[in-house]
Amino acid sequence: MNYSRASLKSLRGALDAKQVSAAELAEYFLAKAERALSLNTYLHVDRGLTLLQAKEADERIARGEAGPLTGIPIAHKDIFVTKGWRSTAGSRILADYISPFDATVVEKLHYGAGMVCLGKLNCDEFAMGSSNENSAFGPVRNPWNAQKIPGGSSGASAAVVAAGLAPAATGTDTGGSLRQPAAMCGVTAIKPTYGSVSRYGMIAFASSLDQGGPMAKSAEDCAYLLDAMSGFDERDSTSMPAGESVLARFSTACAPEASTGKPLQGVRIGIPREFFGEGLSADVANAVEAAVKEFEKLGAVRVDISLPRTRLSIPAYYVIAPAEASSNLSRFDGVRYGHRAKDYRDLTDMIERTRAEGFGAEVKRRIFTGAYVLSHGYYDAYYLQAQRVRRLIGQDFQDAFKSCDFIMGPVAPTTAWDIGAKSSDPVAMYLEDIFTLGVSLAGLPGMSVPCGFGDSNMPVGLQIIGNYFDEGRMLAAAHQYQQVTDWHRRAPEAFQ
Amino acid sequence: MELQPDDLKRLAGLARIAVTDAEVAALRTQLNGIFGLIDELQAVDTAGIEPLSHPLDIVRPMSQRLREDRVTELDNRSANLANAPAQENGLFLVPKVLD
Repeated sequence: MNYSRASLKSLRGALDAKQVSAAELAEYFLAKAERALSLNTYLHVDRGLTLLQAKEADERIARGEAGPLTGIPIAHKDIFVTKGWRSTAGSRILADYISPFDATVVEKLHYGAGMVCLGKLNCDEFAMGSSNENSAFGPVRNPWNAQKIPGGSSGASAAVVAAGLAPAATGTDTGGSLRQPAAMCGVTAIKPTYGSVSRYGMIAFASSLDQGGPMAKSAEDCAYLLDAMSGFDERDSTSMPAGESVLARFSTACAPEASTGKPLQGVRIGIPREFFGEGLSADVANAVEAAVKEFEKLGAVRVDISLPRTRLSIPAYYVIAPAEASSNLSRFDGVRYGHRAKDYRDLTDMIERTRAEGFGAEVKRRIFTGAYVLSHGYYDAYYLQAQRVRRLIGQDFQDAFKSCDFIMGPVAPTTAWDIGAKSSDPVAMYLEDIFTLGVSLAGLPGMSVPCGFGDSNMPVGLQIIGNYFDEGRMLAAAHQYQQVTDWHRRAPEAFQ
Repeated sequence: MELQPDDLKRLAGLARIAVTDAEVAALRTQLNGIFGLIDELQAVDTAGIEPLSHPLDIVRPMSQRLREDRVTELDNRSANLANAPAQENGLFLVPKVLD
């Protein structure tokens, strides 16, 4: 079995049949990552810690207490804090930070599910970015073409799955940071409904938007992972009570599979006309259109819908997210943890120099923007106005869901661009987020599913948007699509 | 609304981030670009619309969940201090603030 390309289910089978041990699997993936250092994906690997977790998993398997994910390796975006591995958020200000506790997601996947942590993954600094060029530890490279960005901010999460350096990875999504890199690296990801996955121990960027989620090679893999990651957490004040489990809903929704060949009979797919206008590159449009046709073959029907405020999601997001970021990042003052400047005159000078040295350019731009829109005299005109527009955007989605079950469209207007192509123009980079921001502002679940290749053979992602807490059905629809297509099984030549 | 160099220095003070004169020029251009983008919000008629702070408030009224007021943290002083850039006798050290 090629472990790099295996589904989580088949890894489970191999572990249960004693064809491989959790320790051997961990060694396999660590060695593979070791041979792919040029992608710059891992920020911290600790073989001893990984093998310790693998040993626990093997003991659990031997006792007959394995769950679906026990013994399977996973790597975490370096936004989730981990007790053993450094937790940097891709920032110089946290370069040597070791967390005294594990994030809830890390805890659930390790102690709950029995997964084995391979290490911490590079990302845009504090998850701010769409290209992974904003990491203090250098850009991540796209396994499909090393000159291209992997997308961001969970760029390395997507890159390790695409390159087969890990069977699965965690990521976070504030304005598209799971979906967009998944699209650009040709892997599957889901950002669940706001409040599904605990934010405890997820280094905060914009608290009313931040959501964790999984990345893997298929929708089915994501169903297992999301099921293990999500659930009510008392330690997150916006955590939502858990309903029926993701996996149960996924299985129920997959049930018609066996019967007709039209498992999605009658499912209504809303196609927002605003997602297919000017600015969408032709190669992406073609791949997405072909995917929608494939869904129609499975029985789904296409419905024309409108999300009239799509364009406004950009300014609304780029007020709300920086405002919350400037507030959240005020904790980095060089006193309790993190970098402290060496030379300073007094306390204020120490804090100002510490932050000047510790934060990168994009983080500073967002803190300045946030400080401005929250400052006296501008709060109403910018911040509250953005929150009002946010409500209108959310209502537009609810209006759309009156006539459809899912909404589909592109994840991003283009495939991955060249490293450096947009790094000097922040506004140009922000405009690339146009199709993912609305979902984040509305707190809706959104997926990216590989649906083909565009110019220069770079992957294209199909975005599937569902209504609140409909992850199980979304994953099932994506699973049906993946039963009749093989885009999600394609691997970059250098990483077969 | 166009940021002037003085506005930028005021912002830098609010943000507690030191900026050099050389940085001010570049930042001002970039931030003015960003403000040009977010100014698009001003044209939207939002009369009578309540600001939304919790996204799920769109489908159900959300209120802030409060927990019982009791001690939940264990004493983790040494673990929590371990990351401090400067510490002594279980306390965080900062530059002198009073003479």
